[in-house]
Amino acid sequence: MPSFVINEKCDGCKGGDKTACMYICPNDLMVLDVNAMKAYNQEPDQCWECFSCVKICPTQAIEVRGYSDFVPLGSSIMPMMGTEDVMWTCKFRNGLVKRFKFPIRTTPEGEANAYSDLKGKDLDSYLLSTQEADGYTIPKPQETA
Amino acid sequence: MALPNKVAGELKAVKDPEVEEREVDILIVGGGMAACGTAFEIKKWLSDDQTVLLCDKAAMERSGAVAQGLSAINTYIGENTPDDYVRMVRNDLMGLVREDLIFDLGCHVDDSVHLFEEWGLPIWKKTDDGKNLDGKKGLKVGTLKGGAKPVRTGKWQIMINGESYKRIVAEAAKKALGEDNIIERCFIVELLLDANVENQVAGAVGFSLRENKVYIIKAKTVMIACGGAVNIYQPRSVGEGKGRAWYPVWNAGSTYYMGAKVGAELSMMENRFTPARFKDGYGPVGAWFLLFKAKTLNGLGENFAASPAAKAELERYAPYGTAAITPTCLRNHLMLFEMKEGRGPIIMDTVTALAELGKTMDKKELKHLEAEAWEDFLDMTCGQANLWCATNTEPEKKNSEVMPTEPYLLGSHSGCCGFWCSGPNYDWVPDSYKWGDGDKVYNRMTTVKGLFTAGDGVGCSGHKFSSGSHAEGRIVAKEMVKYVRDHADFKPAISQSKDELVDLVYKPVRLFLENKDYTTDLTFNPAYVKPAGMALRLMKATHEYGAGTATYYMTTSKNLEIIMDMLQVMKEDTEKLAAGDLHELMRAWEITHRIWTVESHLRHIQFRKETRYPGFYYQADYPGQDDQNWFCFVNSKYDPKAGAWDVFKKDYVKIIP
Repeated sequence: MPSFVINEKCDGCKGGDKTACMYICPNDLMVLDVNAMKAYNQEPDQCWECFSCVKICPTQAIEVRGYSDFVPLGSSIMPMMGTEDVMWTCKFRNGLVKRFKFPIRTTPEGEANAYSDLKGKDLDSYLLSTQEADGYTIPKPQETA
Repeated sequence: MALPNKVAGELKAVKDPEVEEREVDILIVGGGMAACGTAFEIKKWLSDDQTVLLCDKAAMERSGAVAQGLSAINTYIGENTPDDYVRMVRNDLMGLVREDLIFDLGCHVDDSVHLFEEWGLPIWKKTDDGKNLDGKKGLKVGTLKGGAKPVRTGKWQIMINGESYKRIVAEAAKKALGEDNIIERCFIVELLLDANVENQVAGAVGFSLRENKVYIIKAKTVMIACGGAVNIYQPRSVGEGKGRAWYPVWNAGSTYYMGAKVGAELSMMENRFTPARFKDGYGPVGAWFLLFKAKTLNGLGENFAASPAAKAELERYAPYGTAAITPTCLRNHLMLFEMKEGRGPIIMDTVTALAELGKTMDKKELKHLEAEAWEDFLDMTCGQANLWCATNTEPEKKNSEVMPTEPYLLGSHSGCCGFWCSGPNYDWVPDSYKWGDGDKVYNRMTTVKGLFTAGDGVGCSGHKFSSGSHAEGRIVAKEMVKYVRDHADFKPAISQSKDELVDLVYKPVRLFLENKDYTTDLTFNPAYVKPAGMALRLMKATHEYGAGTATYYMTTSKNLEIIMDMLQVMKEDTEKLAAGDLHELMRAWEITHRIWTVESHLRHIQFRKETRYPGFYYQADYPGQDDQNWFCFVNSKYDPKAGAWDVFKKDYVKIIP
């Protein structure tokens, strides 16, 4: 079905400047029913199960139920996003539960260095801006045919 | 009592949208890895009075092929040479590649990977005593740029903790470009040619997915980097699972459509990719082969790929088949051979692989190994992890099936379709591989002046993957700035009127509104067809006639003749696509993009009278490779004025011995 929204938990991101799931879905599937103030997946058979909506939802209102074509019922996988790690809870159909924690980034969010002050010098060379700054030399083929 | 009929979707479309007209020097269409590379690089070279705009169909934070994350970076040159990188790509793609483009990419890709690590992407490191360190621990032994060793899972791949890969790359891209120069949820659907200068791009037109608004954007130079083409062939799962494509389901072939439509020459569109993946969930197999050293078995439990019969089969495709690394298409070919001979299904022996690795590990290391196996899925194909949970599959106890997927078109993975682009202006690059405008050469420019592409858009140079696409986007950034500098006097002019362009973009909406009240059901109406219906028609046709999974990727000249007729009718019927809301308008344009993309794919297959890529597709009337007649590229060009296609041979030049 892919992603589904739990009625009780979804508040339509009221109070926020945008509906989180609607903002993030790469395939424009999540929409807000403004009368009900609830989000829903408008085209479940085009869902990639990328979990972007699940991960971004501020109220943990979104989960995923596997595609009915080939996924038996009874399992679930749920991510919990932190600033440095993601914690996954994987529940098997037979009741087994596995938990995994994986790193996601080594710098604080928003701190990626965009080199905003770096200005390239020679537009006619093939050096990229940071290569030029590093004094990189572009290799040539060792020999040609 | 029946509920009242209503249009699906919340953002209703209206007949007369608002129009926003913009004029910039540089327009970037797309927001994936390649476009993020361009966004990061471009302002480093632009002067303050030059302008740039990026339009992304989605939100850059999670758009493109890396939206979900990745568990590896597949191209990092490191201790290798660009020369060997060319040799690897060439062999995997059965000899026919643009070695100038691949070598050039190999010279720049590592710089992007070094930036990713600096921005915060965790890259695994190998310690001096052979242990793997992931996450922040990897930084303890230093950075890649500083000389620390990555964890290789093959000669070219390095392992990462990549759940937030795209978020990190997009963060740097957005900061570098500036929020004011980005429009998200803007779907560019057509490029526009200049009214005065022949064969020169002048802008693009698209619409907002959040409000009734059409964008008309004039630009001196445009880059199209909207990924490959997915959901063009009937997927193996046809219900809810249609969305579980291997490549991102939102890649609609927009790159190929938009460029081809204005006359940019395509190359190697016959090349497709049908990856063998874990069945149904489409989870990655690379780490299982390379990191965990797993083997695939046939249904009889035999390691078929190592059999004398397999070796003999590979020898038929020498020198590629007999190389140390078997090309991807031939690995598929061997699998399909087993399946067709009744020795399926194909099984990934995860049980034996993990038991073997466990012999030399302590309990803690074993637990980490298990986590690595799950992370491989959870970082990039979450649905596969859920499938394992739902089927009670613990890989150390239960094996999983592997199966080749439906076909995809792309230029950045183990496939190489795309545009015929200029190479860099080095003395070792042959003249036939470089062009531009006048005496200027513009690297990665298509055959349309001012129109550039990167990533999945550049033909004949596969195996760029995420890192290479980013680096290629950066290469293009610099070339576009050069183009703007060299064309300071050029003032883009569009021949169509504002009303004509709005009518073009909103045609499906207008058709819907004019006819919707005729029937009692909004979906079924003799005056129009909804995009969802057209999508199924395309997928049924390709599945049955165009070498889809229905026929084990086999087609014939007669089948191709039939489907080419069907595609012409489909193109006529796209004039009758109807959309009631903005989401559906996106789908209407996407299916149009897909139909054209498939047409170019099948025109190329029809033209190439051999089977260059067994395992990806078979032309039954021309089995096997015919190097004597077909050791060349196949290019095609749509003439926008005449409305006619031309398909022709293009010489291959060997550069690297």
